[in-house]
Amino acid sequence: MATETHGVSREAVGSGTLASSTGVWMLVGLAILLAAPFVLYPVFLMKVLCFALFACAFNLLIGFAGLLSFGHAAFFGGAAYITAHTVKVWGLSPELGILLGAAFSATLGLVFGMLAIRRQGIYFAMITLALAQMIYFMALQLPFTHGEDGIQAVPRGMLFGVIDLTQPLAMYYTVLVVFLFGFIVIWRTVHSPFGQVLKAIRENEPRAISLGYRTDQYKLLAFVLSAALTGLAGGTKAIVFQLATLTDVQWQMSGEVVLMTLLGGMGTLFGPVIGAALVVTLENYLAATNLPVPVVIGTIFVVCVLLFRRGIVGEIIARMRSRRG
Amino acid sequence: MIARLLTGAALAALAVGTTAVGTAHAQQGKVSGDVIKIGVLNDRSGLYADLGGEGSVVAVRMAVEEMGGKVLGKSIEVIAADHQNKPDIGSNISREWIDRDGVDVIVDVPNSGVALAVQEVTREKKKVFLAEGPATSRLTGDACSPTGVHWAYDTRALAVGTGRAMVQEGGKSWFFLTADYAFGHQLEADTAAEVKKAGGTIKGSVRAPLNTADFSSFLLQAQSSGADVIGLANAGGDTITSIKQASEFGLMQGGKQKLAGLLIFLSDVHALGLQVSQDLVLTTGFYWDMDNEKRAWSEKYKAKTGKMPTMVQAGSYSAVRHYLKAIEAAGTDDGPAVVAKMKEMPVNDMFAKNGKILANGRMVHDMYLARVKKPSESKGPWDYYEIIRTIPGDEAFASIAESGCKLTQ
Repeated sequence: MATETHGVSREAVGSGTLASSTGVWMLVGLAILLAAPFVLYPVFLMKVLCFALFACAFNLLIGFAGLLSFGHAAFFGGAAYITAHTVKVWGLSPELGILLGAAFSATLGLVFGMLAIRRQGIYFAMITLALAQMIYFMALQLPFTHGEDGIQAVPRGMLFGVIDLTQPLAMYYTVLVVFLFGFIVIWRTVHSPFGQVLKAIRENEPRAISLGYRTDQYKLLAFVLSAALTGLAGGTKAIVFQLATLTDVQWQMSGEVVLMTLLGGMGTLFGPVIGAALVVTLENYLAATNLPVPVVIGTIFVVCVLLFRRGIVGEIIARMRSRRG
Repeated sequence: MIARLLTGAALAALAVGTTAVGTAHAQQGKVSGDVIKIGVLNDRSGLYADLGGEGSVVAVRMAVEEMGGKVLGKSIEVIAADHQNKPDIGSNISREWIDRDGVDVIVDVPNSGVALAVQEVTREKKKVFLAEGPATSRLTGDACSPTGVHWAYDTRALAVGTGRAMVQEGGKSWFFLTADYAFGHQLEADTAAEVKKAGGTIKGSVRAPLNTADFSSFLLQAQSSGADVIGLANAGGDTITSIKQASEFGLMQGGKQKLAGLLIFLSDVHALGLQVSQDLVLTTGFYWDMDNEKRAWSEKYKAKTGKMPTMVQAGSYSAVRHYLKAIEAAGTDDGPAVVAKMKEMPVNDMFAKNGKILANGRMVHDMYLARVKKPSESKGPWDYYEIIRTIPGDEAFASIAESGCKLTQ
């Protein structure tokens, strides 16, 4: 008990310097993101950003509320289908399509959440997985999704009727704005009283209940928020790649986002971004080699879990803290 | 539209002709990036790795070697990547290949979802797409592209081949075991239509969910239907599982009923073994042991890979060879011009005799109805098929009017 309070007070003392260093890191990150498309291939970067937002949204749930959802593919892929369909068939503008996708995921998240948060741990994960599988089979069967062909040739269109998204740079900066919006929402959430309660629930739910918090409502809100942001990422991805297919709703996608979050560092703000960038880069660059991609990524995952459980960013933060302390 | 395409092609050919007469330098300037880059994009680690994978890359290299490694005095480079059966990865790689690496043609691309994505990218960038791996006939139907050519087979050819030819072989009544999603429904509907057209009857069908582990109830239903032919309108793991279990039920050994696989490759039969897959009937676009030319090429291929080629791998060779010949004839590697030239030239190689490419991009060639040999009939490894019937290309593949391709309207 004594060590625990000691740890908390040290964190409180160090939070001033940590916050300012976070600010510096954010500026550095922003500068890199602004300059990146001039060095790296824009479509690849957009993919990284979409997955980074996806992983951040997922991390909001597992890292800060302690809920391991194994059904996030349903929100990601579901939103992609809704965005692709509304933009291609209904002829909506891309921003409306993405918003509708996110709204769909939020609604779906509300339904999933209400059912799933009644249980904890592995049961929670299994319920989300089961519900997500139902969405997968609907995506496979419903006529508007076109089965395994997916919805292809989705037009990128004009953002707000002015910005031509067929230009790679315009598309990139649009995705960047979407990503930053999502990231700031998550950052604000985590650093708000609401976020503090979530962390309290993560650490000790009975104690949070005894303090008078209705933990179910907090968890549900976190779940819906995570689902909505995941949908935002999924819808954006559908516009970037101009397609929505079964890959995004398959349960493997739920696993992939767990992998990204754990690799980068669960419960850290930047961890999921780094993790997503790493996994997407590996998938892309290993594709041109003779190595079997899933095996390599699996091996990296095993090594990561065995050697540095906090993930890349988590490990760096821990090192910095221990050096200071 | 055809007229416009033809005039376009003629003009391009004329322009090329005059420059060719002009100077050699001008002609060399027609090759973008001073190198012909071929990108083989397929599944190299998953369930389609055996039917395409590295084998397709080897086959493409063989086509390049045959051309002496050079076209129009420019060297030819072959690169490969694994799309991991994810359309976004496939689309990303093809964009990056075309934008950054200067790839001129994308080859193979099994998995219809990925292939349709690549079709859109190549259409937008005006680069050539030679599809051997994917099955969907939409590539030359509603999703057809002026620079897309579909080579080895498609769902329509499989349906016609197996459906019509089986009825002609005496399999009058059919029962379908269908994978319960769009692909399965489509394959069943196409095949059923052909069966009826040829005078056969449909006794019924049963739909099994995707990735079913236990087909016994479905197979018993099929068995008790008394139909002459049980059509497997499924793919991949479902096909393998259903064939294995059908063999355990002794479905084919009874001699009364025949099992017809609608999407089966030589590599599947190799994996299943003859004991399990014997007497299965299927349609293929290529079999190595048919004539001397095919045997010679396939032996050469086998020396490099240790396996006999599937129709996808042999098709990759044939398509790339024809593509390179068209570059030579057109004097340029400009996508639309080369494909226009490819459509003018007949395809004559070990894969196809007098094959022709329709305006919608469909390469029309003969297909074959094959029966898998019994273990006692097989003379050795890879001696798997007995060709029962040749299906003329015009019968197997849809005509332009039937295809619904908008390019030609």
